[in-house]
Formats: sequence, C-alpha cells, structure tokens
Amino acid sequence: MTLLIEPDYGTPASKRSDLVHVEIDGIEVEIPADTSIMRASAIAGISIPKLCATDRLKAFGSCRLCVVEIDGRNGTPSSCTTPVADGMKISTNSERIDRIRRGVMELYMSDHPEVCAAGDECEMHGMAKRVGLGEVRYSGSTHLDLPKDESNPYFTFDSTECIVCNRCVRACDEVQGTFALTIENRGFEVRVSSSGTSFIESECVSCGACVQACPTGALTEKTLYTIGTPTRSVITTCAYCGVGCSFKAEMKGDELVRMVPYKEGGANEGHSCVKGRFAWGYATHADRITTPMIREAITDQWKPVSWQVAIEYAASRLKTIQSEYGVDSIGGITSSRCTNEEVYVVQKMVRAAMGNNNVDTCARVCHSPTGYGLNQTFGTSAGTQDFESVEHSDVIMLIGANPTAAHPVFASRMKQALRKGAQLIVVDPRTIELVRTPHVEATHHLALMPGTNVAIINALAHVIAEEGLIDRAFVNARCDLESFARWEEFIRLPENSPEALELVTRVPAVKVREAARLFATAPNGAIYYGLGVTEHSQGSTMVMGIANLAMATGNIGRPGVGVNPLRGQNNVQGSCDMGSFPHELPGYRHISNSKTREIFENIWGRKIKAEPGLRIPNMFDAALSGDFKGLYIQGEDIAQSDPNISHVHAALRAMEFVIVQDLFLNETSKFAHVFLPGTSFLEKDGTFTNAERRINRVRPVMPSKTGKSEWEVTCDLARAMGYEMNYENGAAIMDEIAATTPTFSGVSFAKLDELGSIQWPCNEANPEGTPVMHVDHFVRGEGRFMETPFVPTEEKASRKFPLLLTTGRILSQYNVGAQTRRTANNIWHSEDILDIHESDALLRGISDGDWVRLSSRVGETVLKARITDEVPAGVVYTTFHFPESGANVITTNYSDWATNCPEYKVTAVEIAPSLRGPGELSEHAQSGDAELESLIRMANQIAANVPTTAAPEHAVAHHIVQFWTPSMRGRLRNDVDRSKLSPIVVRALELELNPQPV
Amino acid sequence: MSQVRIYVPRDSAARSVGADEVGAEIERESVQRGLSIKVVRNGSRGALWLEPLVEVETDEGRIAFGPVRVSDIPSLFDAGFHLGKGHPLSLGRTDDIPWLARQDRFTFERVGLIDPLSLADYQSHGGLVGLRRALDMAPEAIVAEVTDSGLRGRGGAGFPAGIKWRTVLSTPGEQKYICCNADEGDSGTFADRMLMEGDPFTLLEGMTIAGIAVGASEGVIYIRSEYPDAIATMNDAIERAREFGLLGESILGSVRQFDIRIRTGGGSYVCGEETAMLESIEGKRGVVRSKPPLPAIEGLFGKPTVINNVLTLATVPGVLSRGASAYSSKGVGRSSGTQVFQLAGNIARGGIVETAFGVTLDTLVNDYGGGTYSKRPVRAVQVGGPLGAYLPVSSFEVSMDYESLIAAGGMLGHGGIVLFDESVDMAVQAKFAMEFCAIESCGKCTPCRLGSMRGAETIEKIMMGENVDGNKKLLLDLCEVMTDGSLCAMGGLTPLPVRSAVLHFGEDFDVRREVKQ
Repeated sequence: MTLLIEPDYGTPASKRSDLVHVEIDGIEVEIPADTSIMRASAIAGISIPKLCATDRLKAFGSCRLCVVEIDGRNGTPSSCTTPVADGMKISTNSERIDRIRRGVMELYMSDHPEVCAAGDECEMHGMAKRVGLGEVRYSGSTHLDLPKDESNPYFTFDSTECIVCNRCVRACDEVQGTFALTIENRGFEVRVSSSGTSFIESECVSCGACVQACPTGALTEKTLYTIGTPTRSVITTCAYCGVGCSFKAEMKGDELVRMVPYKEGGANEGHSCVKGRFAWGYATHADRITTPMIREAITDQWKPVSWQVAIEYAASRLKTIQSEYGVDSIGGITSSRCTNEEVYVVQKMVRAAMGNNNVDTCARVCHSPTGYGLNQTFGTSAGTQDFESVEHSDVIMLIGANPTAAHPVFASRMKQALRKGAQLIVVDPRTIELVRTPHVEATHHLALMPGTNVAIINALAHVIAEEGLIDRAFVNARCDLESFARWEEFIRLPENSPEALELVTRVPAVKVREAARLFATAPNGAIYYGLGVTEHSQGSTMVMGIANLAMATGNIGRPGVGVNPLRGQNNVQGSCDMGSFPHELPGYRHISNSKTREIFENIWGRKIKAEPGLRIPNMFDAALSGDFKGLYIQGEDIAQSDPNISHVHAALRAMEFVIVQDLFLNETSKFAHVFLPGTSFLEKDGTFTNAERRINRVRPVMPSKTGKSEWEVTCDLARAMGYEMNYENGAAIMDEIAATTPTFSGVSFAKLDELGSIQWPCNEANPEGTPVMHVDHFVRGEGRFMETPFVPTEEKASRKFPLLLTTGRILSQYNVGAQTRRTANNIWHSEDILDIHESDALLRGISDGDWVRLSSRVGETVLKARITDEVPAGVVYTTFHFPESGANVITTNYSDWATNCPEYKVTAVEIAPSLRGPGELSEHAQSGDAELESLIRMANQIAANVPTTAAPEHAVAHHIVQFWTPSMRGRLRNDVDRSKLSPIVVRALELELNPQPV
Repeated sequence: MSQVRIYVPRDSAARSVGADEVGAEIERESVQRGLSIKVVRNGSRGALWLEPLVEVETDEGRIAFGPVRVSDIPSLFDAGFHLGKGHPLSLGRTDDIPWLARQDRFTFERVGLIDPLSLADYQSHGGLVGLRRALDMAPEAIVAEVTDSGLRGRGGAGFPAGIKWRTVLSTPGEQKYICCNADEGDSGTFADRMLMEGDPFTLLEGMTIAGIAVGASEGVIYIRSEYPDAIATMNDAIERAREFGLLGESILGSVRQFDIRIRTGGGSYVCGEETAMLESIEGKRGVVRSKPPLPAIEGLFGKPTVINNVLTLATVPGVLSRGASAYSSKGVGRSSGTQVFQLAGNIARGGIVETAFGVTLDTLVNDYGGGTYSKRPVRAVQVGGPLGAYLPVSSFEVSMDYESLIAAGGMLGHGGIVLFDESVDMAVQAKFAMEFCAIESCGKCTPCRLGSMRGAETIEKIMMGENVDGNKKLLLDLCEVMTDGSLCAMGGLTPLPVRSAVLHFGEDFDVRREVKQ
C-alpha cells in the first residue's frame, strides 16, 4: 500500500468532441479540440513544469513555468492557457525555455524559505531542482517575516511559503463558490488574503478546497505537522450527508493524517466540505466506547463485559420477552449511518431470527415520504438524476432544502451551474443562503408559511395547466392519461389558483405565476428538495405534487431535469433500499407478495410474515400500551432526534429491554440495557448509497476498535437467538443482496472496485448502472399523476401559540451532533440558536442574544435568540444539534399521513424572555391511551389525504392494510370510539382490513 | 456692436495654469467696461506652453493671445484685444501660429475650435457626418472602410482596428460591447484626456459607429480616476447625446440602438492593459487575463468586445466622413494616417503635435519642442510611456512610425515623448522603470511581480558598485526572463527602458560612477 498521487493534467478536459492532431516534441497526439497544450502533453506522457495550473481549475497562466515554443509563432506562450490547434508543432524544451524556467524559479526561490516546514508537501524545492536551478543570485526584500495565520482549527496559512499562484483563491471561487479569499495589493506587495481578516473571522467555510489546491506549504492541514507525512492512502466514502463524497484517507501507519477529496469520486469530483474533509476526529475520540456493556436496569451502572457475555445476555433477554409477550413484542431499528451490508443484516435478523417485520429505519423520520411518493408516481423510491445533471439545468426549483449548509458539496456544484446562467426558484420560508450569495441570486424566492407546501405546488401546477404550459407531448407519450385527466381537472379547480391560496401561503399570486411560467418554459427544469418537503403532515402528498409538476412540464428522463431528493444521511437511500421498512423487503417489494418472500425464504431458510410490522412511532405507541417490549437500535439516537421527546422517553422506559449499538453513549443509551460498541466509517468494509443512487465503497482504513465488524455482532446476536447467520465478509453480504434484489443484481464489491461506483439499477440491462432514470419509460410503465388536495396540518398557530417553529441544520454541525460536537467544529457553532424576526422580537421585548423560553403544546425549552430577517415574521427557526437545547422537546406527534414521517417542520410555539439560561427541559404531561389517539389521528389523516374518488373508503382501507400491523388494525376496529373517526374511515372499517396482494 | 466671442480653454492643462481665473476676469472686466462679450470655454489647441491661450473671434479669424495671466487682462482690454488689436501677448491669427499651422490635424480636428459640449458647434464643424453615413452602410462595409483606412490601434500595440472589428462582427453573439480604453496612464501622455475634454462627441460618435459596425448595443468608456474633468465632460456629453438622440434606442432616428456609460478606474496603471481593464469594468480586481481567448471573442462579461483606445475611436468619424483614402493617403509604410504625439518632460514647447507618421524624432523634439525647457542639451528621450525605450540624440533621425521605431529598438506606444537633459542619471531612470513595475504590476505573473523588485534591487547594487559585472549579467538575464516570460506587456516591456538605458548610456552604470545631481 502506498500513497496515491493522482495525476494532474494541469487544465480541465475539453468539452469538445472533434479531434485535432498535433506534434509535441516529435510525438503525434490526437486530442479533442480546445484541449490545452499542457493537458495534451500530459496525456502524451510529457510532463511540463507547472505551479499555478491544476486540472480542477481553469487555466490561469501566472507562474510562467509552463512556457513552450510553437513552430511558426513568436514568443513563448504558456502551455496551460494555449489550446492546441490542428497541425501545431510544439516544443516543450529548448535552451531558451530552460533559461526562462530557471529564471522564473530563481525569482520564486529568492522569496521562499530555504527549508519548508511542510517538507515535500511544498513543490518548490523539487521544482527548482527539476528545472536545474543552482544558486539564487538575487537578494533583497522578501515576505519571509510575515506571521502565520493559525486561526482555523484545521489548517494553517503560512504566507511565507505562498507563491501567489492564486490556486487557493480560484478554488474558493470556481470550485466552492464562496469567494472568501482574494489577492490584496499590487506589484511586489501582492498577497493572498482571507479578505482582510483572519481565516476564522472571514467568510471561509473551511471546505478545504484551498488547502488541496495549494502547491506549497502555505495552506497545510495541521495534522501534517502534528502527525507527520502520510505513507499510504485508502479510497473510501464520507459518512456524513447524502452527497457521499469519495476521499483518500491518507494514513501514517494506522493513524489517519488527513482526508483528501478524491478527484475520481463520482459524487464530489475532488471537492469536500468542512465535515468530511476535517471533522473526522470523533472516530478516535476518547468518548468512543469499544467494549460491550450490560446492566440489569437503566438505573444501574454499566458493566463492561466480553462480547460473548453481552451477546448471550441480549439474546436470552429478547427470547424471554418473546416467550412472555409474543413474537411481535420486539423489533429493531436500522441506521442510515451504517453500510448497506450492516443494514441488510439487521433487517434479516429481525425477519429471520426475531421472526417478525418490526424493523424500521431512521429514514422514517426524514425521507420516507420520498419513497412513498415517488413509488406511487414513477414506480421507484429514488431520485431520478445524478448530481452532474444539475450542470445541464436551465431553471432549478429548490424546495425546502438548504444545500449550502446540509449538502455543501452538491451546493457548490449547483452554484457553479447558477453562475453559468441557470436560474433559481427558492421555495422556503427562510431566506436561505442561495437566495442571495456572491454571484448567485434567486430569480424568485417564494417565502411561503411553513405547512403550506402542497398549496404552493398546487398553485404552481394550476398556473401551468391554466396557461397552456403543460408539455402535452410528454404527457401523451409517457404518462397514464386517465390519471392525468383526473389530475388536470383537479388542479384547474379555482381553489388551487395562486390567488385563492395567497392567504394560506402568504406568497403573492403574481410571484407564483411568474415562477410557474419560468419553470414551465425552461428547456430543462429540475426540482431539488429536502426535508422541508418531507417532514410535514402532507410530506408524501408534496412529493407526489413535485412528481406531478415534473411530469406535467416534461422534465423527466434526461440530464438537466428530474426530481431530486437531497438525502440527509450518508446511507438513507441505501438503508431504504435494503428493506428496512416494516412493509417492504429489499428493493421496495411489499411484504405481502409471496413470490418476493419466497426468494428470501429460500435463501434464509425461514418463513417470513406476510403482514407489515411496526413503524418507529407505532413501536413507541405499542410500547406505551404494553405490547412492545424490546428494541435493538442500530446507530440512531431516537431519544434526541425523534419528535416529542417526552413521548419517546416514556416509550423507552416502558420497554423491558433496549439494545443500543453505537459509537458513543447517547441520550438513547440512558434507556438501554445493553450497549454494543459500533465501528466508525473508518473501520467499516461495505458500501453506502448516496442521494443519486450511487453505491460507493467504504473501505477500512484502520482495524476495528471493538475487534468486530458491526454486521458480525448482528450475526452473533441472531445466532445466539437460534438463527444461524454467517458471512465471510462484507462482500459476501453484497452477493446475497445481489442474488435477492433485481435492482442490485449486477453489483459486487469486485465490480465496485473496478468501476469506482455504480448507480442502481445495475443489472443485465444496465451492467454499469443508471445515472438518469426513466429515460424511455417510467419504472412503473406510465407515469401516474396523483391528485394532491391541500389539507392544512392540525398543528396550527393559535392565540396561545402564535408562531410557527421550523427546524434545520447548519454547515458545521451534523444532525444530533454526536460526531461534529466531538470535533473542533464547535468553534463555528457551539449552541443552537433561535432565529426570530425583528417584529416578533420587538413585540415580546426580546433583544438579540437574549435567553428565551420556547414553548409548544408538548414542552418547553430555553434557547438564545438571534434577531434576523432570514425568517419572516410569524416564523421562528432553530437547529437540533445539541441535546441540551432540546428542540425536539417542542416538536409534536403529528406526522405524514402516509408514512408517519414526523412533522418536524411545523410546530406552533410561543416565546417569551427568560431570565435563566438552559436548564431542565420541561415536558408537558401527556396522558391517555397514546396508541389509540395515534391510530385515530393517523386514520383520519389518511382519509383526508387519499385522492378523492367515488369510493375513498377503498383507498383508505387499502392504505391501512398495506402499512398497518394486524394488531393496529384490530385496535382501530375494536377499541376506537367511532364518533372520533371520519365517516370515510368508518366506512373503510366495514371493508375487510385484510392483506391483499398489491 | 455685436457680441464678441472670446475663447478661454476649459481643458484641465489650461486650468492648471489659471484658465478659470482668466476667463472669470475677462467676464468681470467686460461687465465693468460695459462690453458685450461672451466667454466660450473651448478645448485646448494643444500648445500647452501658450496656455492659458485666449482667442478672440474676429472677421479675420481667431486672434490668439498667450500665455495670459489674470494680471494681463486690464492691459489686454486697454489695448483692445477684444477687437483683435495688438498687444505684446498677441500671437496673431491662431491658424497662422507655425507650431499649429504645420500640424496635420485629423483626430484633433475640432479640439480647441469648438465648445466641447455644444452639439450645434460639433455639427457645424463636421460632426455626425460620419455617423450618418455609417447608418446607411452595411456593417461589413463600415468595417471595410475602417480596414482600408489603415487605422491602427493607438493604445500602443498598433493592431489594425478594422481586423479587430471584423473579428467581433463575425463572432456570433446577441450581446457585444464596445469598450473605450481611456485609462491613459503612461507618463507624458495626455492626448486622450485632451480629446475627451475638448471634443467628447467625436468619441461618442466613433463608438457608436463601432457599435453599428460590429452589432454591439452597449459601450463603456473606462476613464482613469485621475481625470475628473474628462469624466465630468464625458458624462455631460453622454447626457446631451441621449437627449439629442445620438445615443439611445434610436440613433438619429434610425432603428439602430446604442448607449454608453462611464466606468471610472481605481488608480491602477495596469488597468490600462485591455484585459485588466475588462476585469475592472466587471467590478473585479484589475488583473490581466491570459489570451487566448481574445477579447474580440470573449471580452467584457465573456461577450465579443471591441477594445480601442480613445484616439482610435475618435479617428473613426473622420475616416467615415472623409473616406478611407483621406486617412490612408497620409503616413508612411504600414503606419497610415496621423499620430497624435504628445511632447512632455523637460521640453520648451510641450503639447499636442498631430502629424502624419514619418516625421522624425528630431523634428518633434527640436522643431516643435524647441529642445529642453532647461536650455541644457538634450541627452535622452523616452518614447512611448514608462515602458518605452530611452533613445539617445544619435537616434533622432528615426522616422516616427510603428515599424521604424521597433527597428530602432524602441516603440511608439501611445505617442508620448518625454525629454531629458544632460543632468539625467540613466541608472536612476532604469531603476525607476523597475520600481514603477514593482508598484504597478497586477502581481499575477511571477516575472513581473518578483522580477521588477529584483530588477530595482539589482540596479541599486550596480549603482552602489556591488559585484557590478555579476549584477549586470543578472540584470540582463532578468530582462530576458521578464521579456519572454511575462504574461502581458507590463512585465514584458519593463526591460525595454532598462536595456536601452544600459545600451545607450552604459557609462551611467559604470563602477566608478558619480552620482549626478
């Protein structure tokens, strides 16, 4: 194993396809027109000296080392900035060129340290040697006494080693799009500057692009000094967000020196953000638990034990519970942070070893509506495009997503497209960064009130239908016309007009109309969305509304268009693909389908139940009503991240046995009886699947700190419970996935190693994967339009709770902060802040920086207020990165009608000045039969949201059969006071609520 | 008695020697004396050594007086100067002053004659004839006319204007631009300023013709911030041109549209380099771009762009109104037409001399310029701004055209000529060239950014007698790296004054040199 040095061709590849012939140093080269001489030479194996050129950035032509001579032309042009022309004869070496190169290096070295702190990381001394520079004859003024800027926690800026090649500035501009760096002064006094202030105080977002671009030691990772020079690299995948960036983990022995973004990475193409690039220190943090621990009661101290003791204890307690309370009394939750292989094994353990379908995943609380909505309309539960697609978009509609904070590397790509001229429509209550940021300005910002997504998407579609902007050719060729006709009739109803909905959305109708026209008339219109779409009571409806809009405008099936969910976690897509939903087996196949079950039953040697199991919120409800007693939780801190925490805590306390498998003790482990130490991504051997369905390899860069792989532990537990489950390695698990799941049938570790990554479906028809889906036809055949009536959430602002709280993420922290809070990222964000509009603050006597009490119908907490115009009046906003701020103490039990994805994005709240800072969080008392209340609410919600047909009770019955456990269906039928149910639900109850083939 | 028109220049060179006060005093005095006099503020005739040059309109033509001081005014009135009568300051008919009469004014045809902001004056002196003709021509024909005239870029590079225009015309693009480079930063040059202050409509007309010719609808004039009067005059002229219909949606009632705005520089010399100027207009740091792409193909905001100097564009109306051959018939060889030379430095009679190419340096320096102001012998002349070569007296017979100057080791540049007498220390001048570059370089390319400082330091060492032979070798090596390796003309030409100083005035670099006062 050695350090991987990626080739650098000096300038980006030409986009031309026509070829020209040139002769370089006597070698014939055939190369696309517009390729630089430098790149053409590199491809021909001729390396031209260079310092300011790198193939991630546009040619710049400043260092003048790369000069060449061209037959028939005067002068010595720089090869990076000069494109090849047919018939050109180029010499890359001559006495004159040598003199210039030596002369340039002599100048450079006259203002460069004799010994560089960064060693070989600095290319200067090597280059001086290469061009044959001997003595430096100059002496005079230098910049060698300038101070170092050590303010950034992760890298140093040492101006004395800087050669002002501008690579850092250009990387910040061209790649990252932050424009934090600049060049100051003129002439000899020219210096790179973080815009006149220190790096930490500047606009810098610490993406690391400048550090990577720097050819000298001027910008260097601090770990290079503290740990030393790396000696080997391992290509792996970041474990933060759903972008799934590829990195070279550069190692010195078993110690990670730095994570360097990998140019060949399909998702990131060599770019990174502060989290993936720098915030990996948590993986070796002292808080890591590496030994299994057990205890009898949650009030006891933890007791470290051997793996064997822990596994046997866990298995016996689970078996005891099952024998006492029934097979369905336990279940498991898979983690979107874990590999496909680890997730697959957990759902297999639940189905085969526990013998039920009580398996759910943390995707429940983020993107389950995406799966449902896109499956209903397109026939598959995934985004339609690859990331590269955005470069071909003319108009981008961004709904309920804040990519610069949550998906920074994709945001940079989007910003590149916007700077090249694509137009942007932002649909978001908040003025997110992309509304206006250097060289990017949204054409329209539809600042709707939280909870009115469906109203706005209907209004947009209404305008498109009414103004004759529907792409009828596409609809006629590709869509189910019966569903289209119904939808068109629905969407043209006057109640869906922007004028009618203006009062609800608070977006002026004229703006909606303009945005609709812009999107509908764009050659390529693309929709990107995030949790601001899914985490609502109508999350699934909104996803279908988005799909309708894309189909109606013909924006499906080619680069530059599509419906693109921005996935929150590294493996949300994968954990859903892997069958961790209670109603679905891997590959999104309903559990009631006996043919699918047979495939698994044959390999697993166990019968699989044909009825759906419990979803996470159902598990909590069932726990509180005494039916659900034991839970295995793989890498999810439900006691912090799930809504209405007091309800979650009560449910966890009601369980008899909880297993937490994680890196750190967390809020959930406070309720656990067994702690199984997990492995960080640096220790895993498997795959993650990102938001563009790209399966990336995760390779172990260091040995497991627990001595075991996570999937091994799951297998051990299954075996201890009496089910034989064994794999040789991660690759063998993937082989089983491929053997059972058609969309993965062509995937194997060997092929991933060969191709780098694969976008599913990967099968016989698409052996190298599928970057863009639904090209000739939809996965389900014809695209299906779904009616999307707007049903306001029951969580309404009232006199007592007049404000709407919405939640989100910031760049430097990640979700509940388990990882990022254990890194130097806290320097940017060390507490959650409540954003409030000036008018709301004034009304309540709140000043910027004051402590405020934030209360909702379910609880209250104390946060620091920030007065900002990023939120409109009537809306407040906070993040949920810190447990002590307890944002989820506030959020309610309301959830998406179809998937139970929590309604994190709308909570009615009131705020008041608080004299004290954060202390005990208070939870409002909740009483009554939680499960029954949930069932009533869920059933009524389904009735209100199913498409309006002549007999909606059939749709309601069908939905309930598909997604509810028999026990839930039984309680709805037998225990509920029917006067509390909508008449449609009552009629549905008259129908057989029995499983039907889907 | 009808009203007498008295011309007092509003040109900033004239103002710097008291033209405003002289004008005000003439008005005050005339009121006091009950005379009907109208003071017209014209541009400068360019005979700067005569400023403030006051002209009185008479039946015989304008009679000139100068240089006029405020204290001279009572005696001028006493002598009846307002009737054209004699006075010790009288220079006779302006048109007969030999210094002016010998010139061949084409570009500067109207400068000094007219009220710069009077469109009536402008038209009565031949203004808008060229534009009206262009409006009836096909774009290709306009470009052909400019090509045939042999007009070359006056910014310094001397690239044929017609060919540049043709490239822009033939590059497809809905949006194209005309950029006028008025960042006249060369030492000893002032022709752009005097034209903008003295005949701004000519520039607007020339840019409009260029716009029609290449299909551009927007023009930008980039004027250095050190030219507040020129900026004010141009802004005023643009307002009037819009009101008149010379600029705007419909040029002179036609279907063609064109508008112009002013961008002010930020005090950087290198922004006179065309690509750095584009960056500056775009609101960025004034840093040189690599070529290709040529600005004609990807210029301002990435669109096809004509970039021409003030003098180039201001010559275009004359070319169109009088025809290509009226221009091309002047000059020598491939240097067609006239050149607006600017005489400056230690010179007796400084100012604007517009004549056909081919005049000798000697004629300019000694006949027009009258030798040095200090009356000491001439030792050196720098032609073409701070990046131009120093030429010794032995080179004075050189024909002043693009090719001959290059052959003589120099360059024409923007036509500035700066005189030095025998007291000049050429090592100091050479060092100054490097120091100027070290301050004004955009800092993008290494040879210019670092080389200029090392050059100044090395010359300093030579002056101090430190390892003179080694440092002289090093200086020449450095000059080669800068010349061959620099990105633009700034670094590439800085060695020109240095090498010419070493070549022609080597004695100033000798070991036992005496530091001259």
